[in-house]
Amino acid sequence: MLTTFYIASAIAVVSTIMVITRHNLIHALMYLVVSFLAIAVVFYLLGASFIAALEVIVYAGAIVVLIIFVIMMLNLRAESVDEEKEWMKGGILIGPSVLAIVLLVELFYIISNVGMTGVEYHDLDAKAVGLSLYGPYVIGVELSGILLMSGIVGAYHLGRQKKKIVHRFLEKVEE
Amino acid sequence: MEKHTIPVEAGLLLAGTLFMLGLLSVLIRRNIIFMLISVEIMLNAAGLAFIVAGARWAQADGQVMFVFILTMAAAEVSVGLALILQIYHQLKTLDSDAANKMKG
Amino acid sequence: MIELLWLIPALPFTGAFILITMGTRLSRTLVSIIGAGTVGVAALVTILIGLEFLSSGTPSFNQVVWNWVSVGGLSLPFAFHFDALSLVFLFVITFVGFLIHIYSTEFMHDDPGFSRFFAYLNLFVCSMLILVLADNLVLMYLGWEGVGLCSYLLIGFWYEDKKNGDAARKAFIVTRVGDTAMAIGLFMLFDAFGTLNIQDILTRAPELWSTGSQAVTAVALLLLGGAVGKSAQLPLQTWLPDAMAGPSPVSALIHAATMVTAGVYLIARTHVLFELAPVAQQCVGVVGAITLLLAGFSALTQTDLKRVLAYSTISQIGYMFLALGVGAWSAAIFHFMIHAFFKALLFLGAGAVILLLHHEHDMFKMGGLKNKLPVIYWTFLIGSASLAAVPFITAGFYSKDAILWLTFAGEKGNIWFFLAALLGAFITSIYTFRMVFVTFFGVEKTHVSHHAGTAMTIPLVILAVLSLFGGFIELPHTMGHVELFSEYLSPVLPAVSLHEGAEHSEWTIQLIAIGLSLTGIYIAYFFYVKKPELADQVKQSLEGMHHVWLNGWGFDSLYDAILVRPFVFLATINKADVVDRFYSMIVWVSEQFNRVFAKAQGGILRWYVMGIVVGAILIITLGLLL
Repeated sequence: MLTTFYIASAIAVVSTIMVITRHNLIHALMYLVVSFLAIAVVFYLLGASFIAALEVIVYAGAIVVLIIFVIMMLNLRAESVDEEKEWMKGGILIGPSVLAIVLLVELFYIISNVGMTGVEYHDLDAKAVGLSLYGPYVIGVELSGILLMSGIVGAYHLGRQKKKIVHRFLEKVEE
Repeated sequence: MEKHTIPVEAGLLLAGTLFMLGLLSVLIRRNIIFMLISVEIMLNAAGLAFIVAGARWAQADGQVMFVFILTMAAAEVSVGLALILQIYHQLKTLDSDAANKMKG
Repeated sequence: MIELLWLIPALPFTGAFILITMGTRLSRTLVSIIGAGTVGVAALVTILIGLEFLSSGTPSFNQVVWNWVSVGGLSLPFAFHFDALSLVFLFVITFVGFLIHIYSTEFMHDDPGFSRFFAYLNLFVCSMLILVLADNLVLMYLGWEGVGLCSYLLIGFWYEDKKNGDAARKAFIVTRVGDTAMAIGLFMLFDAFGTLNIQDILTRAPELWSTGSQAVTAVALLLLGGAVGKSAQLPLQTWLPDAMAGPSPVSALIHAATMVTAGVYLIARTHVLFELAPVAQQCVGVVGAITLLLAGFSALTQTDLKRVLAYSTISQIGYMFLALGVGAWSAAIFHFMIHAFFKALLFLGAGAVILLLHHEHDMFKMGGLKNKLPVIYWTFLIGSASLAAVPFITAGFYSKDAILWLTFAGEKGNIWFFLAALLGAFITSIYTFRMVFVTFFGVEKTHVSHHAGTAMTIPLVILAVLSLFGGFIELPHTMGHVELFSEYLSPVLPAVSLHEGAEHSEWTIQLIAIGLSLTGIYIAYFFYVKKPELADQVKQSLEGMHHVWLNGWGFDSLYDAILVRPFVFLATINKADVVDRFYSMIVWVSEQFNRVFAKAQGGILRWYVMGIVVGAILIITLGLLL
């Protein structure tokens, strides 16, 4: 189990690095799917089988697909890849890398200081999650419902394109 | 399945690394869609941390939190993509530096 | 019945409120009924309460209307204290006020601001009533300020003419100086006693302060400052002659009968403090004496009919102050009451004359009105006789005589006060009858258009009757020894004690006074009826003095030079607003900061995220280190 865990995490990290460094949007998204699948494996290993399934279905299956659809709607030209190369010149990595590495080092430091035990494999399946979700955390469920509702309404409203409607008589005159 | 122990530090470190990578990507990318994707990476990493914590204490609470994060990410992506569509419609480009009218 | 005390100020207040909010939409008749009626009903209630009070014999009555301020140790209820002194003032204010309201219904009939006038008059009556009924000094101050406000509103009633507005502002600002002194006095009183209830202060003052101590002298002098402002005495007397710019009923009510006597009321009410501070009381007397002479000489030279009366008012209030200064409390109040009657009468009569002569104010352009306006002539003559203290038949004689006698014979009186009062009485009769002879006798120079109606003549007649017969309630020892008035006031105001062996000279003093007033009348007759050319010759030979007296002894120019000019100068050099520069500097600095920090908002999204990350690193580092 431990080796599976290490392999899955390595794949996740590598594919995430690939996501970061691609110029083509679709390529990056493909690597993103791989990363999510690897994380799903890690979830399964930790005993959260239901969550692993959710990760694949919702994250990899819905969110990434949504992004792909939107990219398709944008009708990007082929030049966009070149633009991307243009923007991602060399020196751009220095500052953010420094910051990110500093943060990472601090995180390592904190985690190693605490000294925790290992995780035993407990099978917390959908039933356990469901009991918890609709038991003590039912208010979170309600709030999530409201959140999703607002997401739907917002997405619909913001996504509308208002075309300028010119009267057909005037259209003819313009021609 | 035989009993095994995955060290908690390893799980949290994995979550941390993924989070840093996502953060790095947000900082260096100019394309808005890439920024959105990076935010998704960060959210996923945070969720991973929650699951690890929940598994350590053998409670379903971590997974419940992940469900909420998932919901929020879904809503955020849908609204964010709608906004991106509008930006593209207005500015004809996906360059986030082009949307700088609120400067000064 | 006495529980209806609160009704007395409430009625004019209701009238004022109705007229302010709806006055312009009501008909003239309705406005007259509301305006005069409320004061009339208040007068009726006063009379009924007065009768009950006189027969019951209780010394005072308190009524709390509501709890106004109750903070920490300070408790100021909106409460009324009614005793003999209040009754005198209430009677004068409501009754004379009622007569003046009736007079105004005809006087102001053609004025477009009819309802506004009655609204302000009612508000004034309400404030004055609160002033005299107040049981604590802050409520009295409220009434004090209220009458000041109404005085401003009414002096500047015809505000389209800039001069009237200037006169109103001058009145307000000059009295304000006095009000500030009074406020400081109130602060000191509160600091000493912890309460501002008048009766409490008066009973505790002798225990706290010994006679002649610095604190009580300071307080008394400050209260005197306030009284001086409101009552137009030295040095704050400059506003009253200019206040004649207001309509004549206003001059009658505010600047003759009531508001200007507020100072007298204040000093009489707080007489315990003045008794504890002999220096302050002496000052009261000195102020009164000097003012009465100053104003008397000025009145001799005036040509505007109302200005003569204004200076005369200043002079007569000087008499009241003089009486207060020698400790003759009830004599001062007696003179106040009689003065209210005849001075209101004179102002109303002057107003009628001016109105009927098409707003001609100059006396020397009038004349020959004796036969044309008989009622006005006779009432005016009676009022003037009372003012000049014509012996035995007028009320003025008895009140002024009491003061003259007590300045000579009273314990705190001295010979200088007496001589000043005597000279003042002499001059009073001269200028009063100068006014009568010039206005009513001789050749008619301005034509009379029409006659006054009943609404104007009836109040004149009533006031004339009071000026004649009002004095019989207090006759001196030698002439019947009636002491109704001072006995009635004795629970509130102590009687005055006399010098050793002074009673014997009472007849002498009275004869001197009678002789002087009759001589004065004869001199006026001689100079203005028999040989007017002589008057002009005297005027020419004393040209310089005449000029000084005409301008009120130059006080206006003095104040202009030492107060107004420097202030205007400072304001002019501060046109660039030096003090404000400092605050603009603060604004400028923050604008510079803004410009610098605004550069941090480049509009580039990545920089913002970088900012978040840097912040997160800082916080976590701090958390690790500490």
